[in-house]
Amino acid sequence: MSWLLTLPILLPIVAAILAFLYRRERQRARVITIGGCLLLLVVSILLFLEVWEQGVVAAQMGSWPSPFGITLVADLLSAVMVVITAITGLAVALFALAEIGPRREKLGFNALFLVLLAGVSGSFLTGDLFNLYVWFEVMLIASFGLLVMGGTKAQLDGGIKYVALNLVSTVFFLIGIGLVYGLTGSLNLADLHGAIRAVENQGLVTTLAVLFIIAFGIKAAIFPLFFWLPAAYHTPAVAVSAVFAGLLTKVGVYALIRMFTLVFTEDVAFTHGLLLVVAAVTMVTGVLGAAAQNEIRKILSFHIISQIGYMVLGLALYTPLALVGAVFYLVHHIIVKANLFLVGGVARRLTGSFELSQIGGLYKSSPLLGLLFLVPAFSLAGFPPLSGFWAKYILIKASLDIDAYVVAAVALIVGLLTIYSMTKIWAEVFWKPHPEGRSPALSQLGRRERIAMLLPISGLAILTVVIGLFPEPFVVFAERAADQLLNPTDYIHTVLGKTE
Amino acid sequence: MEVVLSVLIGLLVAASVYLMLARNLLRFVFGLVLLSNAANLAIFTAGRLTPSVPPLVPEGATVPPEVVANALPQALVLTAIVISFGLLAFALALLFRGYQELGTLDSDAMRIAEPKPEDEEQRKP
Repeated sequence: MSWLLTLPILLPIVAAILAFLYRRERQRARVITIGGCLLLLVVSILLFLEVWEQGVVAAQMGSWPSPFGITLVADLLSAVMVVITAITGLAVALFALAEIGPRREKLGFNALFLVLLAGVSGSFLTGDLFNLYVWFEVMLIASFGLLVMGGTKAQLDGGIKYVALNLVSTVFFLIGIGLVYGLTGSLNLADLHGAIRAVENQGLVTTLAVLFIIAFGIKAAIFPLFFWLPAAYHTPAVAVSAVFAGLLTKVGVYALIRMFTLVFTEDVAFTHGLLLVVAAVTMVTGVLGAAAQNEIRKILSFHIISQIGYMVLGLALYTPLALVGAVFYLVHHIIVKANLFLVGGVARRLTGSFELSQIGGLYKSSPLLGLLFLVPAFSLAGFPPLSGFWAKYILIKASLDIDAYVVAAVALIVGLLTIYSMTKIWAEVFWKPHPEGRSPALSQLGRRERIAMLLPISGLAILTVVIGLFPEPFVVFAERAADQLLNPTDYIHTVLGKTE
Repeated sequence: MEVVLSVLIGLLVAASVYLMLARNLLRFVFGLVLLSNAANLAIFTAGRLTPSVPPLVPEGATVPPEVVANALPQALVLTAIVISFGLLAFALALLFRGYQELGTLDSDAMRIAEPKPEDEEQRKP
């Protein structure tokens, strides 16, 4: 059923073209966008069920046999990432109805947003290194447009830094692709699994691995390559920040996980050891950076970085349980992080600013929003029984199992410091009275706006609570996904069409 | 031939790193142009340079003759050129808008999105 693999990419692109053509007719463009996201969710769930039932699914584009043609392939990790992309896309598209406004919609916000989703889905589904580069670029150019759309000074300033560093990353990636091709003569990921092992000079392979760590590391915002992220993520519209925060860096993490479980697994002591150090430092710098900030979105941006550290930690420990943790963390984090940005957006809408010193009083006037903030915030910090608790628990257990006490301690301390930042936001935004004595209530918003803003937030919050209260199916899923990552024979056989 | 090209790629990368270390963002973009050209050349060279015929299938045959040039690296480079062309056009347009709005191309002077703490203090009443 190869068509199912192409749909998560094709649907958003078709919807994007339609949304662009109808961008002057607001109502129609909005229907197309929401409809596109809904359809994407449906097909991604179908794809997920197919992968769950039948194992890895692969398709050759244009019927060129692998490893020569471009392969689309979905294992459990890819499939669930596409589902999460669709969920985040739908939530943010709903929120955008209340936030983006006619000017940016006429400029083509909806079209760019859908292209971004297509790029993200494509990156998750491709089984070819060069094709991954192409989807990265699709995603990148759409994100450039979204980031600077509106053209305020802060956006241009942040945008320039974001564009510059991300372009450097793509050039690194491209050089890496060229050298991998020169070394092995193949670009198909499944084929590379064997081809990389056949290379005589394994020192060169390790060098290449580091090149890929740098290229994907800039995308994933790991230490010390994350500086573009806090420079840019607090400048665009909230909906844009939310979708970036949820998805973009996670594509980098996904690419790291894919490359370092499927291709570069020969010199684990060095490559994964390097990733382990990087993960620990990323966690610490991210959370300390957040502690120094006094603006909601800047705090949350730095927390993305520290959370990326946890995911990379799961990859770097490279045990089955650690990879379970990494997969679980990815899923949990995308939902929670996008949600926190959306809550921040509502808080700004009600109180007029993101600066902690200039706002307050939200708990008294709109306790519902307070509750909706507490769920993702506590989940981010790892409070039981929310999703973040299980994610952190698995990762810390995995590190204790192999006597990695230092990183376990780091992970725990960073969790504590996360609570510090979350309570800071709570105390300043919700608890203390508004400095100008206003009482910002949710009823200030129009009815439609209220639904468009609160529906996605509550939906994501409910998802967080569900994962937290009934973690077992999610852990079972993560175990199977991690098993596929560590034993990629299924993946390789499905792609290359060999049977043992 | 590979050695000559490798040296050339090295020179291009060196020049581009020198340019990209500058604070002036226009120089940075020029460095990026050089770097992406170096990457393209690297892919091209990685495909091995052989003095052989184009990969064309003669009339009546179903496979090309024995030794033909590898066409894949060129296809890859072509894709990469097109993509980097688009991205660089965007980057230049963005720089121009940035220069109009912010009045500078010095990356150190661009502190609107991330103001220094002391500037932030001054801004507050």
